[in-house]
Amino acid sequence: MKKINFFKKGQISDARLLLTITIGIFVLMYVSAIIFLGGGFTHAQQIFDMLNYNSSFIIVACGLTIVMIGGGIDISVGAVTSLVVMACIKYLNPVYSETGEKLSGEGNIFAALLIALGIGLAFGLVQGFLISYLEIQPFIVTLAGMFFARGMTTIISIKPMKIEHESFSKIMDARIEIPWLGYTARNGNTIPARVEYGVVIALIVLIVVFLILKYMRLGRCFYAIGGNQQSALMLGINVKKTRFLSYVICGLLSGISGFVLMMHSGSANATNAQGMEMSAIAASIIGGTLLTGGVGNVAGTFFGVLTLTTITQIVVSSGFNDLALQNVTIGGMLGFFIILQSIILTRRNRKKTG
Amino acid sequence: MKNKIKNVFSNGFGQLTIPIIAILILVIFNLIRDPGFFSIELTQNNDGNNVLAGNLISIIDNASELAIIAMGMTLVTAACGGQDISVGAAAAIAGSAFVKILSNAGTDGISGGLVLAAFLFACVVAMLFGAFNGTLVAVFKIQPMIATLILFTCGRSIAYWISGSATPNVASPIIDGIGRIIPGVPIPTPVLIVIAVAIIFKLVFHFTSLELLTQSVGINGNAARVNGINSTFIKILSFVILGICVAVAGSIGVCRMGQVSHDTLLLDIEMDAILAVAIGGNNLGGGKFKISGSILGAYIIQMLTITLYAMKVRSTDVKAYKAIVIVLLVVIGSPVVKAKVNKYISRLRSGRIKASEKGAGRT
Repeated sequence: MKKINFFKKGQISDARLLLTITIGIFVLMYVSAIIFLGGGFTHAQQIFDMLNYNSSFIIVACGLTIVMIGGGIDISVGAVTSLVVMACIKYLNPVYSETGEKLSGEGNIFAALLIALGIGLAFGLVQGFLISYLEIQPFIVTLAGMFFARGMTTIISIKPMKIEHESFSKIMDARIEIPWLGYTARNGNTIPARVEYGVVIALIVLIVVFLILKYMRLGRCFYAIGGNQQSALMLGINVKKTRFLSYVICGLLSGISGFVLMMHSGSANATNAQGMEMSAIAASIIGGTLLTGGVGNVAGTFFGVLTLTTITQIVVSSGFNDLALQNVTIGGMLGFFIILQSIILTRRNRKKTG
Repeated sequence: MKNKIKNVFSNGFGQLTIPIIAILILVIFNLIRDPGFFSIELTQNNDGNNVLAGNLISIIDNASELAIIAMGMTLVTAACGGQDISVGAAAAIAGSAFVKILSNAGTDGISGGLVLAAFLFACVVAMLFGAFNGTLVAVFKIQPMIATLILFTCGRSIAYWISGSATPNVASPIIDGIGRIIPGVPIPTPVLIVIAVAIIFKLVFHFTSLELLTQSVGINGNAARVNGINSTFIKILSFVILGICVAVAGSIGVCRMGQVSHDTLLLDIEMDAILAVAIGGNNLGGGKFKISGSILGAYIIQMLTITLYAMKVRSTDVKAYKAIVIVLLVVIGSPVVKAKVNKYISRLRSGRIKASEKGAGRT
């Protein structure tokens, strides 16, 4: 039945239209990058590199999309990610005394994973409780959460730390090699495409969140409370509990994202993942999620992340290695998508009333 | 008079109850911790001018930029039901524009007129960006936080383009006079500027109906429009006024430092400004507002910061403790908790009345 609807003229929904525009712009940008810049963009490795760098960012953006679909906002995600990285590395690294003797052994990786999930879950639970049961504005609560996480990061250690854990370093260096997507280097060697394990985790999270949002009762409830809280209440949905769960999931995902970021970079400092929350919000918006809630899709968010990264890559590889230009381009893109969304929404509202 | 006192006890100070309680708690805490915390003394600075010094002075001095931006933010919050998160970036742009005019003249060439011209230029630039944000919010009906996310992303980069080099310096007695103290006046100049801005707001509210219009637009934009209020214009106007506040704060920041650094000028002030508005008891969803609450909120944040510094907390760690206090404040102020507490108090009261009735029945 759904297939028939898709091909029927005039049946394309606004959410799907936004998603189509996003994918279209991403493809357009990438193709033009291949045509005008060539080089690295023709290799499959380029896309895998984009994923390798952004695996934790994708996870965070998924969590934020859920919260935004539910009509809320969470700006603590970047700081929580940074805190998780710092706490896990502090735990995994052996402790040395002042004379350089080893005081304790290395930590357990599974325990580190539990720490990561625990920190994320704790932030999600507390913030979700304050927002949904005490009805405090989400912005203020998660702002306090962001301050708290940043402060705790520097309380744990103000100095940048690098991981010194043997088996974890092995996990960090491990790559999945895909030979048929590789390319031939100038000296004739075939270099296989390399993918980090973090990307696999990110894609699994993406698919799980997609399935939850699309097919599970809970996911549909997120859309319901974001679209119209009153009618969701009338339908018998437990609005408070649903909103609470959206923050809990988002917190949990920022914990996972911290662990993945640690697997990618292996180092922690106080400014880790700075500004990640705003980039994640930007990625969600570009992907067609409305901040007013009720509309959105993690597939769009995924393409939003890719679009943002492609802009960065294009600016870098066309020789203007200028952070200012990059930021202004991203700002301009954001403006374009936001205005586009607003026009589509106004049109829809007019259709409804007129 | 008696009635008034009774009213204060039964209703509190309205929306100002929580900020006043917070200030009282901070003051009492500091007095217990260190009785000399609030001592103010008249000392001489390096140039031989008389200056007031002490923790209290540094609190109200350092909170100046925050207080000014919080005033404008209150208006935007009330009219649009959302917050501008680009004020830090906009302040960097305004500061760069301010320095751009001054840097052409040498150290000796900076006259009062030139500083005024530079300030007006900064105001115009900030107002333009404010109008841009306001148009997105009012005409395109975008949530303020998202609309200002654009400028938040690229604002500091635009400031970098305006200033051209990393951190252009400005040095002149006039600049020092604005950012620190005017010779002969022991009070830091930024404090005087805050008072001036507050008085201007008061006068504007007194002589125009801006306060009423803003509130009605914030409470129900459609109803306001039906009643003949141009809600689009009011919303854009609130952003433009915030732009002026941002320009003032940015100029003070530049004068205080003697240079403009596009990366660090008034960094993270947007978050503090929103907090100041919230702590001041204003509803972040728009509607009724009190500018005095936001000013109090700004001083509470700064007092908290200075208190933590005095307790030898590292400047990077301050955020964690600040967060705990903020959460406590908003939990006390949350409508659900308030309703619960009121219910509990009324139950206690009715219980007491019953008990006294019983007592009366026995005799």
